[in-house]
Amino acid sequence: MTDSQAVLEAARALDGPLTIGGVDFTSRLIVGTGKYTTNEIMVDAIRASGAEMVTVAVRRVDLDRTKQEAILHHLDPDEFFLLANTAGCYTAEDAIRYARLARAAGFNEFVKLEVIGDEATLLPDVQATLEAATTLAAEGFKVMAYTNDDLITALRLEDAGCVSVMPLASPIGSGLGIVNPYFIREIKRRLSVPVIVDAGVGTASDACVTMEQGVDGVLMNTALAAADDPVRMSHAMKHAIVAGRLAYLAGRMPAREIAVPSSPTRGMLD
Amino acid sequence: MKATETIRIRLNGKERDLEVGHTVTTLLESLELHPGMVVVELNRDILVRERYAEVPVSDGDSLELVHFVGGG
Repeated sequence: MTDSQAVLEAARALDGPLTIGGVDFTSRLIVGTGKYTTNEIMVDAIRASGAEMVTVAVRRVDLDRTKQEAILHHLDPDEFFLLANTAGCYTAEDAIRYARLARAAGFNEFVKLEVIGDEATLLPDVQATLEAATTLAAEGFKVMAYTNDDLITALRLEDAGCVSVMPLASPIGSGLGIVNPYFIREIKRRLSVPVIVDAGVGTASDACVTMEQGVDGVLMNTALAAADDPVRMSHAMKHAIVAGRLAYLAGRMPAREIAVPSSPTRGMLD
Repeated sequence: MKATETIRIRLNGKERDLEVGHTVTTLLESLELHPGMVVVELNRDILVRERYAEVPVSDGDSLELVHFVGGG
């Protein structure tokens, strides 16, 4: 048994599966495939992370580069569940177009819906996201919607038929960690569909703290791809996600600003 | 006497001259692209793979060939 399998086995024994749109996943970590220095490192890192669902982007084939290798030459779609995204889209119309192209690739009807509203922060255009989510859900897509940490938008995305709502921890690629744990907890408390925190995690402690808020999973890319050693960071993230999840399920002790001895105060020697 | 007839299409945003008589399948072959690895949008409509062999590429067509790349 590999280390990756061992960690997931332990999680499976103590936790249920993550079910998104009727599909069960053992790993609560979803990873991206962008920004790796080589495809070999990407594949090794993804395997080390234990993630089953991986995101991919839809782009024009570069016809000027002969024999350009598509990502599917490296990622086996039988090994990983492909989640196509609409990254780079700034309008509902574009996002819908990209989603339809992704579905035509023939793997599944899931889409990570992302409609960006601002280039500097990459924060989502929630109005356009809602519009696209409504259209895509009606077309039978299983929409996992990237959004900000706003409860009202999250509720509306759920009403629009999204199979998962994915609030950010902090801006995409920032590595700032979870800037607003309260709102993330509140979104999780109020929604019935799985809440996956998407974007902003920088290191293992961020992932662990995020899972401790009670959310169903975390989606990350840059934290792995931009680490000095992506494979080692992927191992760390896999452990952090499981640790945070189990800590949440276990229920933490109350925090208090006084010391309470752990050993008996009676029975001390004279 | 006419030279080989050509048509002009727009392929992934660039004008390109092509001999007449191409289908989507033969166009992909000429570009060394595996039909299972790309999705084709013809004049803004997605073309299902089953139709690649029968759909001709005509003068003035706009085609987008897309595939999956790394992304988050």
